[in-house]
Amino acid sequence: MEKSDSNKDKPKIIKFKSHKDLPLCAVSLASTRNNKTGTWRTIKPIVLEKKCTSCLLCWKFCPEPCITMENGIPVIDYDYCKGCGICIEVCPSKAIVFAEEER
Amino acid sequence: MKLVITGNHAVSYGAKVSRAEVIPAYPITPQTEVVEKLSTMVSEGELRAKFIKVESEHSAMAACIGASAVGARTFTATSSQGLALMHEMLHWAANARLPVVMANINRSMGPPWNIWADQTDSLAQRDTGWLQFYCETNQEILDTIIQSYKVCEKILLPGMVILDAFILSHTSEAVDIPDQELVDKYLPSFNPRYKLDVNEPHAFGGLTGPDWYYELRYKIQNAMEEALDVIKEADNDFKKLFGRGYGLVEEYRADDAETLLVVSGSMSSTAKEVVDMMRQEGERIGLLRIRVFRPFPKDEVRRVARKVKRIGVIDRNISFGSEGIFFQEVKSALCNEERKIPVHGFIAGLGGRDMVVESFKEIIRFLKSGDSPKDIRWIGVKK
Repeated sequence: MEKSDSNKDKPKIIKFKSHKDLPLCAVSLASTRNNKTGTWRTIKPIVLEKKCTSCLLCWKFCPEPCITMENGIPVIDYDYCKGCGICIEVCPSKAIVFAEEER
Repeated sequence: MKLVITGNHAVSYGAKVSRAEVIPAYPITPQTEVVEKLSTMVSEGELRAKFIKVESEHSAMAACIGASAVGARTFTATSSQGLALMHEMLHWAANARLPVVMANINRSMGPPWNIWADQTDSLAQRDTGWLQFYCETNQEILDTIIQSYKVCEKILLPGMVILDAFILSHTSEAVDIPDQELVDKYLPSFNPRYKLDVNEPHAFGGLTGPDWYYELRYKIQNAMEEALDVIKEADNDFKKLFGRGYGLVEEYRADDAETLLVVSGSMSSTAKEVVDMMRQEGERIGLLRIRVFRPFPKDEVRRVARKVKRIGVIDRNISFGSEGIFFQEVKSALCNEERKIPVHGFIAGLGGRDMVVESFKEIIRFLKSGDSPKDIRWIGVKK
């Protein structure tokens, strides 16, 4: 398998010409480290640090999981957050709010 | 080392000497002894493998897929309803090009509940992309499991080794368990080009649109066609090392035959006895046992069919609304032959109904009567 550069931000696109170029199974030849699924997001959760009580519910319920706790405050990994809003839904102190995604 | 063991234990020993590394399995009659024996082998340290207890056959095959994708040699076994429950995952294993090997004990589909021999369960999976081998003896079962890994890991498709419920699964025969050293020589470790690796993550089975899905299917059909030669080669190599070979099909006294019986599985042994008996009475009769059903050995069937005047295909299975499934395949292999060969279809032995000498004699009487061929004749229906 060809090694890909994990540091590149952009997905690597490999174009095939013939069925002979295809791997036998449908496997991505480039590393999936390049697939930043956060690009699917249309709305973005924002943490309001002052309201956060460090209850960990958002951390627990994030289905990706892309919330880590740093000094008691949730930090969202926007590379992989798809904007599902579950963290906002479960937060008892309304410390996470939606913002429009800007691109 | 020779042991007197059941067909089920022949399966377990086959997986053991093939050094299966991951065995996810769920028990079902009449397969249970296969997994009991394997789990004992693992717990006693005779077999270095991970035995995974799962909550269903669907999960068993899903776990096989995961294990095979990381490059582990993977084995499971099931039967009947269990195989049917795996159906979705059977497609997945084949389309992901994972060489999982499993044993299926041919058992009837319910209702009514019936645990006896009937091939409809495995034949209903014929379009899933799995190789299918129908075995006649316990020795052949063990040998075919070893051969399947050799073939499947080369062409990257999964394989099913199939044996009749009770007639083989629970009947003891003398079986030679090959020396591990010799098996290791025959079967090197599995090392696929693409595998799941957390250090170098890749997406498997991701979305592929109409632009390339079609080509991936084309490659599977090519692999199946290539498998015919790979099976022959693997069988020849096996014969050199172990002294036993089976071929894609087995011809029995067919050279000067006018009437040819086409059979599969354990009924072949009884049918061979009948051929011998009828030969003594001066009948020119022979037999063709189809061992490999997927890929279907069309050329071999044509080669043998060209020698004879009439053919009777005996099916222990049925495709409702059509006919016996081996019959369909034989007929379609012969439809473009220059000389038209009459092919008669017979259904017999469903749900474990014994197929005795008289059953085969009745079939031969039909074949010799001069009656025109019929797609279906039922043998031994109580009227």
